[in-house]
Amino acid sequence: MKPFAYHQPDQIPDAAKLLASIEDSKLVAGGMTLIPTLKQRLASPVALVDLSKLGNLKGITDDGATITIGAMTPHAVVAASKLVQAKIPGLAALASMIGDPAVRSRGTIGGSVANNDPAADYPAGVLGLGATIVTSTREIAADKFFRGLFETSLETSEIITAIRFPVPLKAGYAKFKAPASRYALVGVFVAKFADGVRVAVTGAGSGVFRVPPMEAALSQNFHPSAIAAIKIDTDGLTSDIHAEADYRAHLVTVMAKRAVDAALS
Amino acid sequence: MQISFTLNGRPTIVDVQPATLVAELLREQLNLTGTHIGCDTSQCGACVVHLDGLPVKSCTLLAPALDGANLLTIEGLQGAPGSNRMHPMQEAFREHHGLQCGFCTPGMLMTAVALAAEKPDLTEADVRHGLEGNICRCTGYQNIVVSVMAGAAAMNAAKGE
Repeated sequence: MKPFAYHQPDQIPDAAKLLASIEDSKLVAGGMTLIPTLKQRLASPVALVDLSKLGNLKGITDDGATITIGAMTPHAVVAASKLVQAKIPGLAALASMIGDPAVRSRGTIGGSVANNDPAADYPAGVLGLGATIVTSTREIAADKFFRGLFETSLETSEIITAIRFPVPLKAGYAKFKAPASRYALVGVFVAKFADGVRVAVTGAGSGVFRVPPMEAALSQNFHPSAIAAIKIDTDGLTSDIHAEADYRAHLVTVMAKRAVDAALS
Repeated sequence: MQISFTLNGRPTIVDVQPATLVAELLREQLNLTGTHIGCDTSQCGACVVHLDGLPVKSCTLLAPALDGANLLTIEGLQGAPGSNRMHPMQEAFREHHGLQCGFCTPGMLMTAVALAAEKPDLTEADVRHGLEGNICRCTGYQNIVVSVMAGAAAMNAAKGE
């Protein structure tokens, strides 16, 4: 790892100022992606701005029709939260499947969403539930936030402070994980609301995406059989050493059926 | 930068570069070599320590994160106060042959203790899910799983005493 300066601001505006004023500075939340990246010298920022001393970024609040999860809330806390388990059990289940226990102790929802790894779990939950990303300057709908391969609509000095999730009627997540990394080879999140169903897929392509034909079919009949015959186009799907695009396409339908099953159970 | 934390119950102050990893700090600066570095890529879990009671991989933790925190390493794991007894989880690993070469054992123990503390009524499936971040190249995991189940039961029994 190359040396870097380390800043631990205790106010969000101070953190934003540091980010804006130091060229090539990076935010660090739990560090579960950033630290390995620094160790491999895939990134060598001159300064890190640590978010851990900022107040009010941790914790989960019940707002009735929505729940809000602070950006620095670790995956283990979301997985074990009685509130999330009661209101959006599919989201608690998703958090419990990320990485391993040590990763879940440190890794945060804000870090995962800001990083937008194409095989990360949280982007599927955030897009599938149609959540709102709350930042230091504005609120961004999930549909406008994710822009493919590690790209988001965040500005340089913008900091995610929380994610606000609407409480669905039902929701479920299923993933086929890469056995070594435990990232999603394919992960599918489904959420049923009064006005329709959302289906979001991670791992299969260069970024999380929705599947309108499945959403339409599940809105008519929220049952795995409704989507069993829906095939996903392999165009734009990833082929790598773990799986070819046609296998990933096949897995999207299989995982979507399992996610509906999980939502119904 | 100077950081101040509690290490295995003792107040500790050290000077570190921000880019220092906790695993390096422990092994090279503080001479606590029980924490092992296996893969150095946060896959294998040989370096697991407890930060404020939670299992974390010390090869993927920057030293500044320790400031003000409570750190427990394998050297701090022990039995009832005032005795030289091993921790019930360590006893269980010995009793049930939960190790062969022993390289992964410190991390296995730290993960297992955190797992048992978090969920008292562990099932075998819980143990296998909970050990996903710890790799053993010798045992095939069977005896490790048996050891963790026995160690968790012993920890529960000790709590009830």
